[in-house]
Amino acid sequence: MDSYLKYLGREAALGRLSRREFMGRAAALGVTVPLASSLLGSSVLAAGPQKGGHLKCGLQGGASSDVLDPAKCTSQVCFMTGRNWGDTLVESHPTSGQPVASLAESWEASPDAKVWTFKIRKGVQFHNGKEVTVDDVVATLKRHSDENSQSGALGIMNSISEVKADGGNLVVSLPEGNADLPLLLSDYHLVIQPNGGNDDPNAGIGTGPYKVASFEPGVRVTFEKNTNDWRDDRGYVDSVEIVVINDATARTAALSSGQVHFVNRIDPKTVDLLKRGPNIKIENTSGRGHYVFIMHCNTAPFDNNDLRLALKYAMDREAMVSTILRGFGKVGNDFPINETYALFPEGIEQRSYDPEKAAFHFKKSGHSGSVLLRTSEVAFPGAVDAAVLYQESAKKAGIDIEIKREPGDGYWSNVWNAQPFSTSYWGGRPTQDQMYTTAYYSKADWNDTRFIRPDFDKLLLEARAELDQAKRADMYREMALMVRDEGGLILPMFNDFINALGKNVEGYVHDIGNDMSNGYAATRVWLTA
Amino acid sequence: MAAGYSGPPPANRPSAASGPGGWAGLRRRMPLATLIGQRLVLSAVLLWAVSVVVFLGIEALPGDFAQTYLGQSATPQAVANIRAELGLDRPALARYADWLGGVVQGDFGNSWASGTSVTEQIALRLGNTLFLAFWAALVSVPLAVGLGMLAVHFRNRWPDRLINVISLGAISLPEFFVGYILILFIAVQGGWVTFPSTVYAGMSFGQRLEAIILPCATLVLVVLAHMMRMTRAAILNVMASAYVETAELKGLDTLRIIAKHAAPNALAPIINVVALNLAYLVVGVVVVEVVFVYPGMGQYMVDAVTVRDMPVVQACGLIFAAVYILLNMTADILGILANPRLRHPR
Repeated sequence: MDSYLKYLGREAALGRLSRREFMGRAAALGVTVPLASSLLGSSVLAAGPQKGGHLKCGLQGGASSDVLDPAKCTSQVCFMTGRNWGDTLVESHPTSGQPVASLAESWEASPDAKVWTFKIRKGVQFHNGKEVTVDDVVATLKRHSDENSQSGALGIMNSISEVKADGGNLVVSLPEGNADLPLLLSDYHLVIQPNGGNDDPNAGIGTGPYKVASFEPGVRVTFEKNTNDWRDDRGYVDSVEIVVINDATARTAALSSGQVHFVNRIDPKTVDLLKRGPNIKIENTSGRGHYVFIMHCNTAPFDNNDLRLALKYAMDREAMVSTILRGFGKVGNDFPINETYALFPEGIEQRSYDPEKAAFHFKKSGHSGSVLLRTSEVAFPGAVDAAVLYQESAKKAGIDIEIKREPGDGYWSNVWNAQPFSTSYWGGRPTQDQMYTTAYYSKADWNDTRFIRPDFDKLLLEARAELDQAKRADMYREMALMVRDEGGLILPMFNDFINALGKNVEGYVHDIGNDMSNGYAATRVWLTA
Repeated sequence: MAAGYSGPPPANRPSAASGPGGWAGLRRRMPLATLIGQRLVLSAVLLWAVSVVVFLGIEALPGDFAQTYLGQSATPQAVANIRAELGLDRPALARYADWLGGVVQGDFGNSWASGTSVTEQIALRLGNTLFLAFWAALVSVPLAVGLGMLAVHFRNRWPDRLINVISLGAISLPEFFVGYILILFIAVQGGWVTFPSTVYAGMSFGQRLEAIILPCATLVLVVLAHMMRMTRAAILNVMASAYVETAELKGLDTLRIIAKHAAPNALAPIINVVALNLAYLVVGVVVVEVVFVYPGMGQYMVDAVTVRDMPVVQACGLIFAAVYILLNMTADILGILANPRLRHPR
């Protein structure tokens, strides 16, 4: 009976037997419905990917200003487009976040983690038939690290002092040791292009599973299968089409009517309604992105740690997650790292809403009067609602928060990182080191809490060069505690990435790296009949 | 759209006959040619004024192109690099003069964000917008005028009321709502038409037509009522006059009176409202484009405004203004042609 069931499952997975028929026959064998249904699910995966078909994705985040040049890639559409046609040297593992070989076959570091040697994979061809050489890799990295570069990876590349070819290997030298260098090279801007893309950065020629067939910025991108792909564990569908659908309602309508197979950026408010649709699967992935309330540690009245603590205790995190995120996320603990990062510091006590402690610290701080919080709809989805919710929970602790709603236009240049108390968001970074370096290192441009602590900086640099993982974990624990207890960051929630698929799409991989299965959604899924 | 509807139709204004001798003489002999000439000169001045306003508007927005383009991920160095490359560090007047110099020579420049030629992009987008507007107009104008005549024919009886209620209902609903309703019932639940309505290169004519069914229907519903009611009001106005009474007394049937005798004399106001609605079909369809994911000019301009992409915003603004001016001018000229009294002013 067991083998017969398996056979049926496989038949159903391959589309030769309808789901209803499968359930019926399974019931005839005395199998309960939930069991049969889970059997079917595992059969689908066991049957393996099916090839062929035309995958349509309806994505938010595309504009007529989009370009194919990975250096200038900022939108969601560019992000997925780049993943489709190109490869980086290193990828990050979908669940562990560890570096995984891609165009770099293997790598090793000098003991001080200052010099890294990457072995470049042989026999891989670009879409134009040219073989990938170490010179292409060097040229790519140099283009992104050029001082006049407009690359989004310039910040990462600035930490590298020299890139050179050595035989078939790439040698990267750093002024300071960095144990995380391979992961930094998984950044989605650093797509390897022929001659580094210096000839035509917008050519869209790379080593990815799909070739760009047509590109109409802000409208549509189409891809055809790269039959010469060097990997056989991706790129299952024959062709991919990305349609830019910036309107949320239009996006969900396109999915419900079966016109597209995949959409991104589902509004948490509408998830429950959307779930009722018969042809829709919701896929939410915990990620590293988080919504924050940030105070400048060097500006009155926030230069007083008691006031900062009072404001931290006045935050009702559970309410934030259930109201603003509708449960699609996890509570934060006032440091920007969650368990999706390698070496996450376990066992740090969760800070919870405590009006008494908040009132105690508020009194101790000696501050009187209200506290001005600036917010805007663009800070994060639901930011204005979140500010009002916060105002209410703080009021119970006797803290009066005054909310100033700022225009969305210019919020990022005039309010965020400029005003002493505002709302904002952070996307995740591949490593703890990157996250802290980007936003908590005293000299960082984006130190948006003005967290200036020489002891923290010192720990950060030491941890970066530390190859002993146990020692490194201890350092990250200490840093997390510093930010949590003395920093200017109130981090109520980590948000999930919410995407939705049609029922006939299988193989979606939950990737903690970034939204849309870290941009690889189209290369990882397949269509069932 | 309400702003465009107010004001008396320009063609009905009494012509200013009391001017200086030569000019007035020229005007008497060739009223149409002088009018067109005058309007063309004024249009050029108006377009220049529009470009100044658009430029000042973009300047007044918080944040410049480099900052908004990079968004939260702007580093001071990247911002400086972009500013230097585009010459944003120069004074506003010099930048405007440069841009104007290019435009006078027919060069709209390159988009700052994508580096591609603005003219090329606009050709595509404008084509799409005009395609949609054309079909919407082709359906809505005859439909509106026909329904208006029918309403007059059956005035104050049930067909008139029905036409009025339905068209007023359609115009009272915001266009995005009409759009969503159509999407829900026709595309999602019915599955009868394709959605989204994206059109792209390589689509056949038939496919394009099929794609625009829903946005076209939405636009028709939105502009129908205004034109229909104007037609009805204008014809009713004429129907009250003595010569129509004579025709009735002669024993002509009502439909014939409306079509042959009343409608020609009601043409001028109808032409005016049709022109305004046509202009709306071109310049006012941003929301419909967004809802139906239709790659037209409106969408293009909104994208450009969000990143302060000056050359694109300017080009779109100028084209929209030109369309408006052109259609209004056409309406005035047609109004004059339709009215012998204006064709031969004493």
